[in-house]
Amino acid sequence: MLPLSLVLLLSGCSQLTVLNPKGPVAESQKDLIMYSIWFMLVIVVVVFVLFAYIVIKYRDRPGRGNKDYNPHLHGNTMIEIIWTVIPIIIVAALSVPTVQTLFDLEKPPESSTDKEPLVIHATSADWKWFFSYPEQNIETVNYLHIPTDRPIEFKLASADSMAALWIPALGGQKYNMAGMQNTLFLQADEQGVYDGRNANFTGEGFAAQTFEVYAESGEEFSNWVKQAQNAPELTQDQYNKLLKPGLTDKRTFSSTHLQWVNHGTLAGMDYAIKRHEEAYEKELHLKSEDIEIDATDEE
Amino acid sequence: MQLDEFFVTGEPLIYAGMVSIVLVTAAIIFVLTYFKRWGWLWREWLTTVDHKKIGIMYILSALAMLFRGGMDALMMRVQLAFPGMDFLGSQHYNEIFTTHGTVMIIFMAMPFLIGLMNVIVPLQIGARDVAFPALNALSFWSFLFGAMLFNISFVIGGSPDAGWTSYTPLAGAAMSPGPGQNFYLMGLQLSGIGTLATGINFMVTIIKMRAPGMKMFQMPIFTWSTLVTAFIIVFAFPILTVALALMTIDRVFGSQFFTLTGEGLPMMWANLFWMWGHPEVYIVILPAFGIFSEVIATFARKQLFGYKAMVWSMILIAGLSFLVWVHHFFTMGAGAFVNSVFSVSTMLIAVPTGVKIFNWLATLYKSKIQFTVANLWALAFIPSFVIGGVTGVMLGMAAADYQFHNSYFLVAHFHYVLIAGTVFACFAGLVYWYPKMFGHKLNEKLGKISFWFFLIGFHVCFFPQYFVGLDGMPRRVFTIIPEWMPLNVISTVGAFGMGLGFAIFVYNIYYSYRYSEREKSGDSWDGRTLEWATPTPVPFYNFATVPHVNSHDAFIEMKETGETTFDEEKVEPIHMPSNTGQPIIMMGIAFIASFGIVFEWMWMAIAGLIGVIVMMGVRSFDYDDGFHVEVDEIKRTERKARRL
Repeated sequence: MLPLSLVLLLSGCSQLTVLNPKGPVAESQKDLIMYSIWFMLVIVVVVFVLFAYIVIKYRDRPGRGNKDYNPHLHGNTMIEIIWTVIPIIIVAALSVPTVQTLFDLEKPPESSTDKEPLVIHATSADWKWFFSYPEQNIETVNYLHIPTDRPIEFKLASADSMAALWIPALGGQKYNMAGMQNTLFLQADEQGVYDGRNANFTGEGFAAQTFEVYAESGEEFSNWVKQAQNAPELTQDQYNKLLKPGLTDKRTFSSTHLQWVNHGTLAGMDYAIKRHEEAYEKELHLKSEDIEIDATDEE
Repeated sequence: MQLDEFFVTGEPLIYAGMVSIVLVTAAIIFVLTYFKRWGWLWREWLTTVDHKKIGIMYILSALAMLFRGGMDALMMRVQLAFPGMDFLGSQHYNEIFTTHGTVMIIFMAMPFLIGLMNVIVPLQIGARDVAFPALNALSFWSFLFGAMLFNISFVIGGSPDAGWTSYTPLAGAAMSPGPGQNFYLMGLQLSGIGTLATGINFMVTIIKMRAPGMKMFQMPIFTWSTLVTAFIIVFAFPILTVALALMTIDRVFGSQFFTLTGEGLPMMWANLFWMWGHPEVYIVILPAFGIFSEVIATFARKQLFGYKAMVWSMILIAGLSFLVWVHHFFTMGAGAFVNSVFSVSTMLIAVPTGVKIFNWLATLYKSKIQFTVANLWALAFIPSFVIGGVTGVMLGMAAADYQFHNSYFLVAHFHYVLIAGTVFACFAGLVYWYPKMFGHKLNEKLGKISFWFFLIGFHVCFFPQYFVGLDGMPRRVFTIIPEWMPLNVISTVGAFGMGLGFAIFVYNIYYSYRYSEREKSGDSWDGRTLEWATPTPVPFYNFATVPHVNSHDAFIEMKETGETTFDEEKVEPIHMPSNTGQPIIMMGIAFIASFGIVFEWMWMAIAGLIGVIVMMGVRSFDYDDGFHVEVDEIKRTERKARRL
């Protein structure tokens, strides 16, 4: 196992999304993960070596007799204190950067404190994503455009079941819940298209609840915003239809649903349930290939 | 109600399941009738209050559940092997991972360990039964009927599909209508009654019924782990009971505890669930630690190193287990301070656990290690569990957990600790105590083959999942993208390796029953603790004369001083409890009541509840306080068992 893990670590890690961050948030999490991995590897190596040595040396082989056999060896306070203190030191060494990072993640990334964060409301509904840009007054469904080198302040909420917004290349997830709003800061430093998804199980269409994040320069982003502002307005009627449990394509609107409901407030908590309760009874009969069709369907 | 709403229709796999259920049931009924075994079954097993037989029934049921949960697992692994796989649809996949998780934790791991506790703990402390034998039978039947209720859901009504964690609001009436989720609630509720009763039973048994002279710090380590577990059960299970009841009332009677409507607090479910759920994982790991300690000490031919530290670390782990539940939802947005507190407390669990690992290594130091099958399982546990443990610490680092949460990294971690910990312990314990239960050993050669298939399959299956998790694959998706395929293919191959290992294990049970040499003495492995002081098969009263215990490893001392558990001079009549059919009848009625609630047929639920209350009345006025085994009979039984 150990050689295999080292080989995989050394060769494969650079391609693994989480260990190949595209922004400062994912970067700080990757640093923390790598820091812990070194500690853990040392622990694993020490235990494995000790284990292998002891199991081979003290096996009950023919002709060993009673050499090195001490059935009454059953305690040694000194050594037990040592192997209690060492783990405590390791836990302390892991706790300090963990707590530091935790507090850092509550704020926009340090690298771009000079810029105002772009506020995007990310609302999960069974089984799609609504991204509302209140300042730009636009709303997209199932895709996201963001400027690079500027913090994005996600306001997370859910219209129905509990979901989690996760864009592994940009940073870790937080829950989307109805009746409560969470804040998640993410930022992209490199331009590109990143996969985002709902990571928390929400039922039948869960696997299909994915989206793409287009990270582009500030200029390109402004151009896209202008384009989007020419899209038709979102009516409440249309929004209610989109909220209904099921899958849907990518959409663009030149207004947001926040003008009549914010699912992250207590007032908006039962909005979707009240309108669609009977719709949850119908099955989607989702097959694997349905999802692939959906994913290749370009904007 | 239409028939097709009652039975699950439209899935060929489920039709096959129905057919096999009918065939197996018919075969069992035929065999019992043909060999005229109904009376025997009732007298010897269904009405028994003997802790050893109850333990055996627990273990057999748990093995059946391991088979069911394992079939679920293999189906999932087939579906996930390739992108675009069309073996299971989304809904069917969701049902399968939900039942896999629930069955493995609630109906496999816990009952298996409780089964081993039942067989061994009274023997280890020199007791003739548990403190409340009839309650013990009631516990078993509550578990079995709860498990059956949960298991029939896949052919009747439909399986639950909201995950074993059953998070609201998804699991609420609005988003998960129909009986599926009710099966989860009532199945767990019914079996939870028995678990709580078992906790109380073992707490009292261990505290009050130890052999004369046995101090707390002279108890065998498995008994200690059982005692600590009993305390966790007694403190944790009421939380589950209440949470399940609240959700049942939500779903069946329309209250709004966890709903999105009214004043509902859906997130409260997550808190209640994990306030029970986190201690629950220690309910299934601490007895495993106890088993490994016994097995390693026996086959290292050496006293356990750091016995007191082992006990205190279990107590510490048990205490900490109630203080870390928030680490299951660091991503809930509780804020940096709360997450910091729970993050550090979570990592602290690594300290007592590390102490235990080093104590096991020290037990092996300067020993004579015998590579019996039981010991192979115990030895393989150490490195495997360390991998699971260190990745658990990584998950405990909340800021990093934002990336691990809900991903296959998490899936890999908990399978590493639960399989390398609990499942290996179940195998180790079963193989180790098998001769005590059945009078013959399991075949060692077949045992080794099954061990290696299972061990290698396990690592091949779950190690790649750490990496696919770091690549962004979330748990509970029923289909994968092409980038994740290579690691998933490896994983699936490993899963089938484990399946093969299990199949060989089961074949070994049959093979050994046919061909293994019968045990001549009760001390099959040159054991250290009191269970080995009894003859095999163990007489139903366990000890003709109870030894006086002066030290840790009581049987070692008995062997040195030539003491025995059959001192003809000292034999006195033994008081034993009578068999009773009340537990199975009462729980059968509770099963009917629960079934009524599942389908919201109130007439059936009310009739069943009245029946349960009547049975409680019957029990209250039952003045049968057992019987005495006469000295002559004891002497006859012992001479026969000991071939004197």
